Amino acid sequence: MNDQPFFRIDWVIDNLDQIAGRVGEHLVMTGIAIGVGLLISFCLALLIRRVRPLYGPTIAITGALYSIPSLALFALLIPITGLSLLTAEIALVSYTLLILVRNIVAALDGVPAEVLDAADGMGFGALERLWRVELPIALPVIVAGIRIATVTTIGLVTVTSLIGLGGLGYLIVNTGINRFFATSIYTGVALSVALAVLADVGLERLQRWLTPWARAGQA
Amino acid sequence: MTSPGRAGGAVVIFEHVTKRYGPPGTPPAVDDLSLVIPAGEICVLVGPSGCGKTTTMRMINRLVEPTSGRITIDGQDVRDLPAVELRRGIGYVIQQVGLFPHLTVSENVAIVPRLLRWSEPRVRERVEELLELVGLEPGAYRGRYPASLSGGERQRVGVARALAADPPVMLMDEPFGAVDPILRDRLQNELLRLQAKVGKTIVFVTHDVDEAIKMADRVAILKRGGILAQFDTPGAILAAPASEFVEHFVGADRGLKRLSLAKVRDLRLIEPLIVRVGDARAELRRRMEADGTGYALLVDTADRPIGWVDAAELAADGSLTEEEATPGAPLLQPETTLRDALSTLLGSSVQLGVVTDERDRVLGLLSVDAISEVLRANVTVPRS
Repeated sequence: MNDQPFFRIDWVIDNLDQIAGRVGEHLVMTGIAIGVGLLISFCLALLIRRVRPLYGPTIAITGALYSIPSLALFALLIPITGLSLLTAEIALVSYTLLILVRNIVAALDGVPAEVLDAADGMGFGALERLWRVELPIALPVIVAGIRIATVTTIGLVTVTSLIGLGGLGYLIVNTGINRFFATSIYTGVALSVALAVLADVGLERLQRWLTPWARAGQA
Repeated sequence: MTSPGRAGGAVVIFEHVTKRYGPPGTPPAVDDLSLVIPAGEICVLVGPSGCGKTTTMRMINRLVEPTSGRITIDGQDVRDLPAVELRRGIGYVIQQVGLFPHLTVSENVAIVPRLLRWSEPRVRERVEELLELVGLEPGAYRGRYPASLSGGERQRVGVARALAADPPVMLMDEPFGAVDPILRDRLQNELLRLQAKVGKTIVFVTHDVDEAIKMADRVAILKRGGILAQFDTPGAILAAPASEFVEHFVGADRGLKRLSLAKVRDLRLIEPLIVRVGDARAELRRRMEADGTGYALLVDTADRPIGWVDAAELAADGSLTEEEATPGAPLLQPETTLRDALSTLLGSSVQLGVVTDERDRVLGLLSVDAISEVLRANVTVPRS
């Protein structure tokens, strides 16, 4: 091990296919987690807005989910769902809920009351109002939540290498730590961090592009 | 459905309308209200807080549902239509305006026409027409977002948006409550000018008696618990308050308030001696001497006032420059009430106001004397 160079670029070049595959897997796993998490959180947020007393319990439950160590969560799930993508995604989705529910509720609460009054007074139906008034105005805050959830999830995906998945985590754990091969660890870590940064910047750009009006005040 | 450009309002009738927010037995917010609001008039609902004026207004477009009684618009019960459809046919303006921050000015104005599924060319044409109507140059405002507008501009967009589908009835809930007094006066005047063109039935809520007297064709004074204290023209209410409550509510200065019933345009204006930059000073002096006032009003090329030129300070010859004028003449508009005009003039150093039209062009001058003559004569000025 000691005679090994610090970083073997030749290994990276030889294994570009495998690395690219892991990046793809990482992105797909993150995408599924955020997509499903968003869908569930959105339904929960709409429910909370109709039945406000549900807010406290929802936050308590999603908070409890958030605090379960991932290792423990896998241990609980493996007997039921096995060493599968489903197990990994259940864990990943659970961790997005607290952030997303809170942000979506806060975003919708942040739509000014006079805007809602004007919308009602002009004859918007409930669904039209949600879709064409509330969501667009809430978008910047919702996207801010998605950014945090995405960055967190990109980090967490690596942990699923414990059940044989893991995207870039596979490079860190299976070909890295388990075989005492530093280059693979560095590659996995660097790419994982790069993905998180790119996703964060990309979402921020997307939000600016979708909400040109949010900057009108400073113009 | 009404077509764009068709002016005119609809009769709004309240028949024994009661609204209780609590269970039966709790004191009502509006109590057995019967009211006939004639088509094309501005009816102001005014009263202390808790008098149910906003509740009354919101029952017309069913943002609040009455507990009992009936409201009709041009004979049709408001409950005959689905609430959403009813509201698309009624203009709605609120104090904080409630423009949609994520839509541009033209998209905001286009909201109701688009809800009504007008064709795009028709929507675009209507938006341009409305922006012109409320005095916002379409080229400069069309694509801007509400966050970049001033309070007055937002309020104008709000009015344009409410007028968009040419509704026969407009509801306005303290529309000028959140702007400073000078801007409020200007926006009130603009609304009156607009109303002269469109002739809507406007139900206007305010807690400000002076605003009520200025804006209303008819005033409904409500007292706590939603009881109608008096419903009449502003002149009739000031001349003969129906009860001690009304007398107290309109205030002790009823005589002075009657000045609110007449507008600047009801008086004969003094024709000023108008001069322009570049006029020969010698010729000017001759004209000023002939005129006898010793003052002349300097205007720019668009006839907008710049300031006063004093004969005594005029150089002997050469031609007039802008620097020789002293700015600071109080500006009045034809729609300004005599009461507001009087207080403006008394508060300024020059007790001679310059009356200007909507493009700021000089129409004439108004003096404190002319107003006090109205007070002295104590004749009722014909309502405009």
